[in-house]
Amino acid sequence: MAKVVFTPNVQRHVGCPTAEADGATVREVLDKVFADNPQARGYVLDDQSALRRHMTIFVDGQMIRDRTRLADAVTEASTIHVFQALSGG
Amino acid sequence: MSDKLLVSTRKGLFTVMCDGGHWDITGVDFLGDNVTLTMTDPRDGRSYAALDHGHFGVKMHRSTGNGWEEIPVPAYPPKPEGYEEKDMWGRELNWSTAKIWALAAGGPDEPGTIWCGTLPGGLFRSTDHGQSWEMIRTLWDHPLRKKWMGGGADLPGIHSICVDPRNSRLVSIGVSTGGVWHTEDGGGSWTLRGEGMRAEYTPPEQAHDPIAQDVHCLAQCRTAPQRMWVQHHNGIFVSSDEGKSFTEIKGVEPSVFGFPVAVHPKEPDTAWFVPEIKDEKRIPREGKLVVTRTRDGGKNFDILSKGLPQSHAYDVVYRHALALDEPGDRLALGSTTGGLWVSEDQGDSWTCVTHTLPPIYAVRFA
Repeated sequence: MAKVVFTPNVQRHVGCPTAEADGATVREVLDKVFADNPQARGYVLDDQSALRRHMTIFVDGQMIRDRTRLADAVTEASTIHVFQALSGG
Repeated sequence: MSDKLLVSTRKGLFTVMCDGGHWDITGVDFLGDNVTLTMTDPRDGRSYAALDHGHFGVKMHRSTGNGWEEIPVPAYPPKPEGYEEKDMWGRELNWSTAKIWALAAGGPDEPGTIWCGTLPGGLFRSTDHGQSWEMIRTLWDHPLRKKWMGGGADLPGIHSICVDPRNSRLVSIGVSTGGVWHTEDGGGSWTLRGEGMRAEYTPPEQAHDPIAQDVHCLAQCRTAPQRMWVQHHNGIFVSSDEGKSFTEIKGVEPSVFGFPVAVHPKEPDTAWFVPEIKDEKRIPREGKLVVTRTRDGGKNFDILSKGLPQSHAYDVVYRHALALDEPGDRLALGSTTGGLWVSEDQGDSWTCVTHTLPPIYAVRFA
C-alpha cells in the first residue's frame, strides 16, 4: 500500500495522520484516505477535487504533474507527501 | 443595544465587550489565522465565522456560545465535463469558493436559514444552521451572471444580502461588479435591478447599464424596506422602490468614494458612510478619518470627526467594517490599519478602543 504523509502545518486545523491506501494513481489513493477522513479533503483539494492552488504533492520525491485529475502513477511502495507550496507565502 | 462586537482581522477574531461604558478586548479566537467575516444570527444567537487559510482554502466555523466548531463550507457543484467558462482575464474560471463575502440570516419565519455570498459569484443557502449548503443555481446559471466582473478582487463576488423584513422570500443582493439583483420567490428566479446607477469606469454607452455597476455595499432599511442605500465605486445612490431605481447623491464632501454604508433601522433617511479620496487614492482626505451622515435622505451630510484621528490617518474601512447596532444608536468601525472606534451617539463622537489590531476586515455587533 502507498503511504501518505501530510504537512505538519495542516495538523492544527484538522488531524491528518500518516495513512496507507491502495491505488494506481494519486487520485485513487487520496480518495481512499479522504473517505476515512472527509474533513481533511477540503484542506487539500478544491471544490472540483483539483489540488488547491498553493498545495503540492510529491510521489517518491517527484512533484506531480497532473494537478487537476491527480493521474500521476503510484506503486505499492510509493510515499506520497502532501505539502504546502512555498508560492502561497 | 448590543454590548458585544466581533472583530474579524487578518490575524484572528477578537471579541470586544462593553462593561460599564468602557469597551475592551476580552477574547481572541483563531489567533494567527485570517478571519474574513462573521455573522451572529439575531434569531438564535449562533455565530458564524469565515476563515481563509490560504493554502488550505476557505473554511466556516460556528459557535453556539461554547467555542467554535468547523462546519461545512459552501462548495460549488462539479463543473460539467467539457464545459468551458473564462473569467474576465481569459483564464478558466474555477468553480470553487475563493472567498466568503456575505453572510445573512434568513427571516424570522425560517429558523436556521442562512444566506452566503461568495467569490467567484455563487450564492448559497443553508436551512440547517450551516450544516449543509445548497447553491442557488437559478442565479449561477442566469446568462447575465457571466457578465459579472471582478472589482476590487480579480473575481466577481456577492458582498451584500438583504432579506426583506416583511417577506423572507424577497431577497436583494449586491454584486461587485454586477449590480443589484432581486428575487421575489426565495431564490427561484432573479431580476437585475438598479436603474439609475452610473459607472464612470466603462465606455460611455455602458455607463448606465445596471449590470456594469460596481456596488460596494447595499443596505436596506429594516422598517421601511423600500428604502435602500448603495455605496458605489463612484458615488452614493439611494432608492425608494426596493432597488428598482436609484437616484445619485452628488456633491458629498469630502468624497463620495468608500466601501460601507449603514442605514438606520427606523429612519430610512439616515445613513452613514466612510469616505476615502477616490478609487485611485484610497485614503482619507488630508489624512483625516471621518464618517459622513445624512439625516434627510441625502440632501445634507454631517462630517463626523470627533474622536477620530485627524492627522496622518490612512485608515481604510472595508464594506463590512462599519456596524450599526439593532436600535440604531451605536456604531463601530474598524480599519485596515488596526484601529477600532465605537460611537454611542449615532456618530456624533467616537471613542478609540484600540489602534493596534491586525488589519480589520469586518466589525459586527453580536
